[in-house]
Amino acid sequence: MISVKLDHVSKMFGTVKGVEDIDIHIRSGEFFTFLGPSGCGKTTTLRMIAGFYYPTEGRIMFGEQDVTYLPPNKRNIGMVFQNYALFPHLTVFENVAFGLQVRKQSKQEIKEKVDRALKLVHLDGYGNRRIDQLSGGQQQRVALARALVIEPQILLLDEPLSNLDAKLREETRVEIKRLQLELGVTTIYVTHDQAEAMAMSDRIMVMKNGVIQQVGTPQEIYNRPNNEFVASFIGESNLLEGIVEEIHDQQIRVRFSSDWVLTGLQENVAPKTTLTKGEKVKISIRPESIREAKTEENGENIVRGKVALSEFTGVSVNYITQIGELQLKSMFINLGNRVYQRGEELALSIPKESVYFLG
Amino acid sequence: MKSGSTFTPSTLRRRTSFTSSPYFVYVLVSPLFLVLLAYVIYPLFQTFIESAQIDGSFSLQNYKDFFSLGNSANLEALWTSIYISVFSVITCGIVGVGMAFLLERYEFPGRKILSVLVMVPMALPPLIGVLSFDFLYGKSGIIPRALQALLGLDQVPFSLSGIGGVLVVHTFTMYTYFYMTASTAIRGLDPSLEEAAASLGANRFYIWRRIILPMLTPAMVASALLVFMIAMASYTAPLVFGVERTMTMQIYLSRTNGDLDMAATQSTILSVVSILFLIIMRWYQNARNYQNMSKGVSVHRTEVKSKVGKYISMALSILGVVILLLPILVLIILSFSEDGSWTVEILPTKYTFAHYIELFTDSETWKPIANSLEMSSLATIGNIIFGVAAAYAAVRLKFKGKTLLDILIMVPWALPGTVVGINLIAAFSQPNVFSFNQVLVGSFWIIPLAYFVRHLPLVFRSTSATFMQMDVSTEEAARSLGATWWYSFRRVVFPMAFSGILVGALLAFVQGIGEFVASILIYSADTTPMSVAIFQRMYAFEFGTACAYGSLQMLLILIVLFISQKIQGNSNITI
Ligand SMILES: Nc1ncnc2c1ncn2[C@@H]1O[C@H](COP(=O)(O)OP(=O)(O)O)[C@@H](O)[C@H]1O
Ligand SMILES: [Mg+2]
Repeated sequence: MISVKLDHVSKMFGTVKGVEDIDIHIRSGEFFTFLGPSGCGKTTTLRMIAGFYYPTEGRIMFGEQDVTYLPPNKRNIGMVFQNYALFPHLTVFENVAFGLQVRKQSKQEIKEKVDRALKLVHLDGYGNRRIDQLSGGQQQRVALARALVIEPQILLLDEPLSNLDAKLREETRVEIKRLQLELGVTTIYVTHDQAEAMAMSDRIMVMKNGVIQQVGTPQEIYNRPNNEFVASFIGESNLLEGIVEEIHDQQIRVRFSSDWVLTGLQENVAPKTTLTKGEKVKISIRPESIREAKTEENGENIVRGKVALSEFTGVSVNYITQIGELQLKSMFINLGNRVYQRGEELALSIPKESVYFLG
Repeated sequence: MKSGSTFTPSTLRRRTSFTSSPYFVYVLVSPLFLVLLAYVIYPLFQTFIESAQIDGSFSLQNYKDFFSLGNSANLEALWTSIYISVFSVITCGIVGVGMAFLLERYEFPGRKILSVLVMVPMALPPLIGVLSFDFLYGKSGIIPRALQALLGLDQVPFSLSGIGGVLVVHTFTMYTYFYMTASTAIRGLDPSLEEAAASLGANRFYIWRRIILPMLTPAMVASALLVFMIAMASYTAPLVFGVERTMTMQIYLSRTNGDLDMAATQSTILSVVSILFLIIMRWYQNARNYQNMSKGVSVHRTEVKSKVGKYISMALSILGVVILLLPILVLIILSFSEDGSWTVEILPTKYTFAHYIELFTDSETWKPIANSLEMSSLATIGNIIFGVAAAYAAVRLKFKGKTLLDILIMVPWALPGTVVGINLIAAFSQPNVFSFNQVLVGSFWIIPLAYFVRHLPLVFRSTSATFMQMDVSTEEAARSLGATWWYSFRRVVFPMAFSGILVGALLAFVQGIGEFVASILIYSADTTPMSVAIFQRMYAFEFGTACAYGSLQMLLILIVLFISQKIQGNSNITI
């Protein structure tokens, strides 16, 4: 297995910006995900790694080898395309065998490897089928087998699950992860689905408009979002704007209105951000980190408001609480507690360690 | 209940039970089959009868004569027709597919203009295309003479004649069939397939061999069958380049020599070959097709970057543009030339506007134009009525025999024009029920009927394409609002399909204006159409007038193409 390094890579399409200054190091054997909304440059970045585009600036390294301008057929990569790109005039077997035939392996060897690959994706016995005789999920797995059978150094997947329905998507997601762990291949995965990214990845790169927003483990990305975009794109979040009132003893106090002040911790300030007293600041609070407070409880991070929306989902009870001008989303696991109705008063407690100061 | 009410339950029930009976649909479609029977099947059958009868009794003597080795003219003609067709397929394939790849995959100076002009051969009426090639490259053509003068040679360095000439003309006029299917297929090729192959380690050559060529095969086989059929039916090119030993020419010669039995025999054999090809083509179209697996993908054209490549591609583009435009140009130049002013010179020496004035002022010259307009209009009206009804039946109604309807409509399209002419002569030289007890041959009606038959599929196909895209529920909505079938057809179905109908009708109309092959067999002095007039003027050495007629035809075709393009652009109809 091999590591991949993108060294300040940019790509322009004429005057249109594709991606800008992508600088990442993907470790050998890692499951690395590019996450972001459509048009943010995920595919462009992936295609530069595959060799279908050449960067306008920067270099791409596979291990110690500079591959920036190496044509795709010399890179030894396995790629799964969004539409699978299976060859419609070839059978399942011939599709999977294609890369091995290119490598001029013996018939015997090809047969063994293809059979093993088909078995790996649970398609043994389907070798003679035509592509249009397969379901979407099966086609997906043929594409995966075709990419894996050549024992690539790097596996590239561009939104491989987006054409499947919800249930199949979940099954295939588990399957891909299993194969990746089994084979230990360095994997770069492109998706716009944050749940998929969170569930599968060792690390995630969040992108927007061709620019990196944050790189980190799923926990880092979720718990310590760098900025408003990351906080809102991944999971649900309360994004509030207030004024820094006091910074004292590793604690920061922020005022949102005349009767609402929150205290957070200095360690939860986004990197490369400094807060100054009297300036505006954006904070993010995850709905599930908010607790219900006892009616008699009082303290600095306790607020009271009227329930504007009450939603019982079975797993949880979700509230939107009106606090003066502002609204706060909260989510409580359903433990059989009383469900507050619209208009009732609700007291909420926001733990200091759950308040994140965004950059 | 009032007895005077029209909508008593009982009348209502009776009416519904009649129109909703499973047999009612056959009442609706039987006129369509009747028309096909009368003007397609019956004439075909009459020709066969004529070929298989000698003095009123059954005999295969004509076929024995045809295949006898003693008189080899017929066999030679069959053989020549076949090998001209095979070579036409090869040359058209090379030119058409090559052009398609060049224009779809590469970016070079001159690509845009070339990709517009590449369809020019489609805009040339059949006779005009051949004549302009003769003017340009024939024995006393402009280019050979110009080269001779330029290089100071004793004789012309080359000239088109005989089978070589036929092949060149076929290549020029028929490569567009390959070009169109190939470029659609290339555009339909999903570029991610090539990328997938590259990511698996395949180089350019390997990708071509294993991915691109196999995927283009269906399109290429389909066009090969089509070109073969059209080349077999070709009549004008052998006529102008003097190749008498082809099937179509033999039929024409038998007919003019009065040997109707032999003409019928030759026709029948050619019909069999054509219909066979039609069946193979239909069967093949239903076989596999790899296109459009994924939609909306666009390929980036590879830019020709090297300096040498740029110059070469520019030179080739210019050459292509010149070759494509010369036929039109020469036609226009000659249409202004004074008759008799072009004998041994490279270009005519005297020019005049008189021919165009003559076209519209001299009643003798105007007559063929009027004839063509009138006869083609009549045929087109027939095509519209039949085509719309047949398309509606084929797309919207359920009945047994739909495939038969479809095939019967395509048969006249597969039949060579020469054969259609012979068939009509065989059927309508005597009065019969289908001709309302008239002798049609020699009358005014025979040519409109020939046009109607030859262009039967045009309105049908464009209209059924629009019907297929139309949502059935619009018609159902109209019916649910209380409209009768006829009312909803008039107010909803017809207006919605109008653009499709118009495109097909315009096409049928211009094809009628340019029709030559069947006309030459059945025209009479009073009904001479434009193409036959061009032919006559040519052989009277009145090149100017002939070319003025030709320019007029071309202008009409260009107008129609322009309108169709506009309509299709607006509503995405594809024929
Ligand atoms: N071949 C191309 N030519 C021009 N612009 C392109 C091309 N490919 C991508 N882009 C542009 O680059 C940006 C990033 O696109 P892409 O990488 O496909 O986004 P994603 O895969 O994240 O949806 C978009 O604004 C897109 O329009
Ligand atoms: Mg993408």
